[in-house]
Amino acid sequence: MKVGVLALQGDVREHARALASFGAAVSAVRRPAELDAVDALVIPGGESTTMSKLAIEFGMLDPIRKRIAGGMPVYGSCAGMIMLADRVLDGRPDQQSFGGIDVTVRRNAFGRQVDSFEGAVVLTPFDEPFHAVFIRAPWVESVGPDVEALGRVTDGAAAGRIVAVRQGNLLATAFHPELTGDLRVHRYFVEMARAAVDG
Amino acid sequence: MAEISQSAETVTGTSLTGTARVKRGMAEMLKGGVIMDVVTPEQAKIAEDAGAVAVMALERVPADIRAQGGVSRMSDPDMIDGIISAVSIPVMAKARIGHFVEAQVLQALGVDYVDESEVLTPADYANHIDKWAFTVPFVCGATNLGEALRRITEGAAMIRSKGEAGTGDVSNATTHMRQIRAQIKRLTSLPDDELYVAAKELQAPYELVREVAKAGKLPVVLFTAGGIATPADAAMMMQLGAEGVFVGSGIFKSGNPEQRAAAIVKATTFYDDPDVLAKVSRGLGEAMVGINVDDIPVPHRLAERGW
Repeated sequence: MKVGVLALQGDVREHARALASFGAAVSAVRRPAELDAVDALVIPGGESTTMSKLAIEFGMLDPIRKRIAGGMPVYGSCAGMIMLADRVLDGRPDQQSFGGIDVTVRRNAFGRQVDSFEGAVVLTPFDEPFHAVFIRAPWVESVGPDVEALGRVTDGAAAGRIVAVRQGNLLATAFHPELTGDLRVHRYFVEMARAAVDG
Repeated sequence: MAEISQSAETVTGTSLTGTARVKRGMAEMLKGGVIMDVVTPEQAKIAEDAGAVAVMALERVPADIRAQGGVSRMSDPDMIDGIISAVSIPVMAKARIGHFVEAQVLQALGVDYVDESEVLTPADYANHIDKWAFTVPFVCGATNLGEALRRITEGAAMIRSKGEAGTGDVSNATTHMRQIRAQIKRLTSLPDDELYVAAKELQAPYELVREVAKAGKLPVVLFTAGGIATPADAAMMMQLGAEGVFVGSGIFKSGNPEQRAAAIVKATTFYDDPDVLAKVSRGLGEAMVGINVDDIPVPHRLAERGW
């Protein structure tokens, strides 16, 4: 299975390394032809306003939307979650997401960088809690009926906020599993994508 | 890193803020992006509109610091507040080398990254700021690997190679990127028993030297800065191994800042695609006039500040 990492901006290498460890053939995707060559896509962490602008200017917005509509498995972390959300709060007025997950996401919801944190999150697919790294992270403000909330913040002011979701072949986390050695989310995505691609 | 004190870490419930991972992770998210110097909220908006991943607030851009002389300091807090309110992307701000109180003020203002910068007039000619003591992460400049590792030892969570700021002359940035890259490459080729002497020569802790030798890269993100004025300059730095680019005077001292800023953003993403680079380099109007680094008397060279 070929998995692309959207390489317009962000922590591409960390995702690529995590995906490669599960035997996926990983490539960087910046152009429509590179998108055509992959079976699944990861949208990395980064600055969502920059990704949105570059996706529009380099003709990636519609091709990715079409692939998502066609059932391509996609995983997004942090900025990637924003890019997969149908609705974005506190974004730029001209900011466009690829969409696909029926959620409303609030950008920079936890605050500025001094509020960035790491801590345990319970994720329903896994037995053990996940040590999650949140960096100027978004959270999910509301979910549509077909969206499965996979994880919530456990304590603090943001307790109960949804930070991991899945809808069909689309997966998104507000945190960055690629920054930790814990690759369970990537394994979950690769297995999910293999099941979808091999049908 | 366990042996280094990390006093800024704060526990709330099961959560930790101010950790090395959270600080270094922030820089990972900026990779492949352009961080632009701005002195007003209006400039910050232009930078955000152009696709900058962050803006750097400072009192005067380096070209003006050079032209006007005098002591150069942290930006006015009102100006920083104005910039923070104007944009939704991360806001960085510069503090003078060693000026830990300017850094405290910037942290209190809520900036997302502090640049302990040689572009401002140093406040301490012996010590840099103890950056472990802060929740806000720091980026520092370096001309070589030893300097980069000393800054990381002090708690820097991101490094930018130094160029000669405010000149529009990219030659110093080239020298320093090549220098850092060559020194890392050399470390990876050394047998284990020669790393002790390598650490001595680099004037850096052995543990960090060994980490770089094993990984073949710094333990933090490496950007480049200083003298970048064109899309081709930015792309060249990326091809030389920079993970992203700081652009200072190059944008707002040029004829058409909006267009030049957007072009440098595109050139940084497609740094290895000459067709895209040719396209975005067209019709940008006048680049900043620039000064050759060789024409600047040695005492006025900014890259040589810091040690």
